[in-house]
Amino acid sequence: MYRYDEFDHKIVTDRVNQFRGQVNRRISGELSEDAFKPLRLMNGVYLQLHAYMLRVAIPYGTVSSKQMRMLAHIARKYDRGYGHFTTRQNIQYNWPALDRIPDLLEELASVEMHAIQTSGNCIRNVTADQYAGAIADEIEDPRIISEIIRQWSTFHPEFSYLPRKFKIAVTGHENDRAAIKLHDIGIVIVRNDKGETGYEVHVGGGQGRSPFIAKKLTNFVPAEKLLAYLEAVMRVYNMLGRRDNSYKARIKILVHETGETEMRRLVDEEFERIDASQMLSLPEAELDRISAYFAPPNYENLPAQSEVFEAAKGSNADFNHWVKTNLVPHKTPGYGIINISLKPIGGIPGDATDVQMDIIADLAERYALDEVRVTHEQNLVLPHVKLDEAKEVYDILCAHDLATPNIGLISDTIACPGLDYCNLANARSIPLAQEISTHFADLDKQYDIGELKIKISGCINACGHHHVGHIGILGVDKKGTEFYQISLGGSADEQASLGDITGQAFTEDKVVDAVDTIVETYLNLRQPEERFLDTYRRVGMSPFKEQLYAD
Amino acid sequence: MAQHSSKGARFQAVTANRLNDGEVVYFKDNGWIENFAEAEIADGQEAAEALLTRASPDNMEAFILDPYLFEVSESEDGFTPVSVRENIRAKGPTVRTDLGKQAEAG
Ligand code: HEM
Ligand code: SF4
Repeated sequence: MYRYDEFDHKIVTDRVNQFRGQVNRRISGELSEDAFKPLRLMNGVYLQLHAYMLRVAIPYGTVSSKQMRMLAHIARKYDRGYGHFTTRQNIQYNWPALDRIPDLLEELASVEMHAIQTSGNCIRNVTADQYAGAIADEIEDPRIISEIIRQWSTFHPEFSYLPRKFKIAVTGHENDRAAIKLHDIGIVIVRNDKGETGYEVHVGGGQGRSPFIAKKLTNFVPAEKLLAYLEAVMRVYNMLGRRDNSYKARIKILVHETGETEMRRLVDEEFERIDASQMLSLPEAELDRISAYFAPPNYENLPAQSEVFEAAKGSNADFNHWVKTNLVPHKTPGYGIINISLKPIGGIPGDATDVQMDIIADLAERYALDEVRVTHEQNLVLPHVKLDEAKEVYDILCAHDLATPNIGLISDTIACPGLDYCNLANARSIPLAQEISTHFADLDKQYDIGELKIKISGCINACGHHHVGHIGILGVDKKGTEFYQISLGGSADEQASLGDITGQAFTEDKVVDAVDTIVETYLNLRQPEERFLDTYRRVGMSPFKEQLYAD
Repeated sequence: MAQHSSKGARFQAVTANRLNDGEVVYFKDNGWIENFAEAEIADGQEAAEALLTRASPDNMEAFILDPYLFEVSESEDGFTPVSVRENIRAKGPTVRTDLGKQAEAG
């Protein structure tokens, strides 16, 4: 796994010291809030409804057991015993006091973690497929290029004052689990006819107030030229992106207003200039150096089939169910990828207690080659577990309410913090997720419904990805009362699409009924093997609309 | 973000967040308190504006962030905030009733 070199470490500790000074000056009254606010935001500190919130970066969603233990420690010492894993593969703490955040950050830095690039108009923390390095048929581990991008973009002078925040996601697999088409830049690692590895680059995706699916600007950039290509995209954006209106400042608006063809031409032109200068070509040695950090861990030589595992499945139906939904085949024989659901029935999506985080850290250390991953769907992953030991892991997860067998099912809802915490919210999101999951608690029912992704945001900023939910729910405010708009047919995978709004918004007490009606309509209409999304794409909105607004 | 008061609002109070820990606070008698039930209530628009002015002296920023007026309504057991948002700020997250002011109130 990647370890900060000394240079990075110095950057992070200098930053903590600098922030400590800024906090002191703010509290002593020397600094005004106007002067301080951008500084605290640059360090991941937001003011929410009840308290400050701190967002900690988890680059490409990978943490070691030591880091996970630190996250638990921070939840216990500086917060109220829990943290919230987010759709940006980060963790947020909801209650830290401002005057203690410098100490908190210093402790984080001791395990090479920080809150840099979690806020502000910079290139944000790069996100990647949570199964990186573990899943079969991956072309290249996406964390390698994510790390290179992280190093290139951290404090890059040209990119510290972009028109708006900038988000990059990478996948090395044809199944997109990183929602790359909904990012400012989405990268798919591909192989060309000659067997060379390169990058397909999608630009201008995004959610928020004006959602867009990214446009593919190039099919293939060779590895050594990727940074030059990205720099070209960033330059075009920096030059032409709108700064007059923050709602129109994201690159998605530029791509939309400029048009795909013209945008491609502008980027190509800039790319040729940068490429000719050779300034940003990525030497193979550097690529190899970073790749070495992500070298496969020491797997044991195991038979593909584990007798212990098969026997456990045969004798324990609950375990068998859990394996079907939460365990994914690993590229290495005898191993599996374990998904830890942070969506217990009726629970708060993405929340984990300090005790749970400690348990997960222990499991990672003992059973998963010391790694944990955070998914953008607000779950966690133990990426390399021996099938022989899967049942042991399962038993421990069960004991800590971490073994809900619902990955990808209707109760595996994404929800942003919403009006329970967020200063920008119009309506609550978490209680809806809880009600929906409780309503569909019956596992047989959930299995029958099959893959169905519900995503809930408490306002149009779309932190809960509602635009790309198979069923999306958006909180709106009408004179201080919560209402919810529902959309259908969104998707964040390789066939990304934006949902269509069903019609008039629903009051809070009608949302679960509405979701139930949508599910029943699907069950009545579906053909064999059809998932909700397939049925919706085949039949369109009208049958759903008819049922929803029947009276 | 939601509007904090409707146009014809009669009763309003002033709230803010405290600088050092972000705690929700209410204005009362030229000071700030944590409990909504004790907040000073202004009757009418003029009284409300006077209340906000008193709550926002020049040195206010030294310990308080962004004071603003919000609407409350009168009922049998006193005043309650009108919007869902202000109710949540006055109590704590509805999904964690063990946290925030509601928990301390017991
Ligand atoms: C204090 C809490 C938060 C604030 C103030 C906040 C603010 C915002 C804003 C203003 C946008 C819209 C950006 C735009 O359209 O240009 C946004 C988008 C987004 N936020 Fe948040 N957010 C918060 C919490 C979260 C959380 C908890 C998550 C993860 C669960 C998250 C993930 C995202 C994502 C994925 C997007 C949409 C992607 C995009 O940038 O287009 N945010 N947020
Ligand atoms: S979508 Fe809105 S309510 Fe939800 S976290 Fe983002 S800004 Fe807050």
